[in-house]
Amino acid sequence: MWPCMKLRHLQELLQQIDGFDNPKVHLEQYITPPHLASHMLHTIQTHYGDIDGKLIADLGSGCGGLTLGLAALNAGLVIGFEVDQTAVEICHSNINDQAFSNIDIVQCDLTSNSFLSRWFKQFDTVIMNPPFGTKHNAGIDMDFLQKGFALSHNTIYSLHKTSTRAHVLKVAKSNCVKAEVLAQLRYDLPSSYKFHKKTSVDIEVDFFRFQILNNS
Amino acid sequence: MKLITHNMLTSKCMKGVTVGYPLKIQAVDVKTTEVDFNPEFISRLIPKVDWNVLCSAAESIGYLEDLPKEVTENYENNVDFLKKAHRVLLEIDIINGELICPETGRKFPINNGIPNMLLNEDEV
Ligand SMILES: C[S@@+](CC[C@H](N)C(=O)[O-])C[C@H]1O[C@@H](n2cnc3c(N)ncnc32)[C@H](O)[C@@H]1O
Repeated sequence: MWPCMKLRHLQELLQQIDGFDNPKVHLEQYITPPHLASHMLHTIQTHYGDIDGKLIADLGSGCGGLTLGLAALNAGLVIGFEVDQTAVEICHSNINDQAFSNIDIVQCDLTSNSFLSRWFKQFDTVIMNPPFGTKHNAGIDMDFLQKGFALSHNTIYSLHKTSTRAHVLKVAKSNCVKAEVLAQLRYDLPSSYKFHKKTSVDIEVDFFRFQILNNS
Repeated sequence: MKLITHNMLTSKCMKGVTVGYPLKIQAVDVKTTEVDFNPEFISRLIPKVDWNVLCSAAESIGYLEDLPKEVTENYENNVDFLKKAHRVLLEIDIINGELICPETGRKFPINNGIPNMLLNEDEV
């Protein structure tokens, strides 16, 4: 077990951050629910020590639902990559409210080709709650994952729809990356996400840990 | 935007750009923020950094201070050096300004400390 802030404190902190005012459906914008985000981050730190003192990338950092938690758990530096102007602004104000100084945000499109090349294999840990690719953007989740594999020299943590598990495992294998499902979660897309007619929809999501194998 | 981040960004993905590195900095507003000093983390960052680019970037915005022009040998054990590196890599924050592609002159705005690297479709 690695040292870590109390789970309850982490969750309280993540509950305070502002989410998307007008989530953009095509970008699949919703904040990772705080109870879920805090459990994920707590596991990543206590079981694997992959946050404290590490260089970390958060792909699709949104309003900072994961980024701020990483900063709270003493990441050496978190760099959040996010395409959307409004999200970037909300994230900026969340960072200011919590007075974190171990975060940088870069506004960019992760699907376009890469001004990130100098960052390849430089990050210790990459984390993401990617768009699932269900809104006319099929494959974007795998695009994000491939970016994660390119950027990290060690581990990648990600969420994927359980229905795509076999595919995710196959992609990992063909990239010589070891994949493990740490938990299967029920994820209720919040009612604010107006695209859905029901107030909330439960989907099954896998919390994945990927490990880059050095002989790859 | 911290100088470690600047050290990594390129405009190479743009049409017609071959190297796109380093991006020039036009800083309007720079501030310094205190960041917890973690010597082990800084030691692991240093080999990732293009030190010359770091020095010229710091110099161009007037924050070179007493940063050595070269990476000291055995820096892992040199707390004084690590602290100077820490300061320049993590504590200097460019709040407003522009990054400029060295080949095309394309400007990438920095607002609220966040560089906007988005390109128009006809630029890629
Ligand atoms: C499911 S949300 C997760 C937000 C945040 N990481 C969190 O956990 O609370 C996915 C994020 O990816 C962003 N995104 C979608 N497409 C993107 C792209 N091409 N490049 C960068 N970010 C993108 C969205 O704007 C959104 O903020």
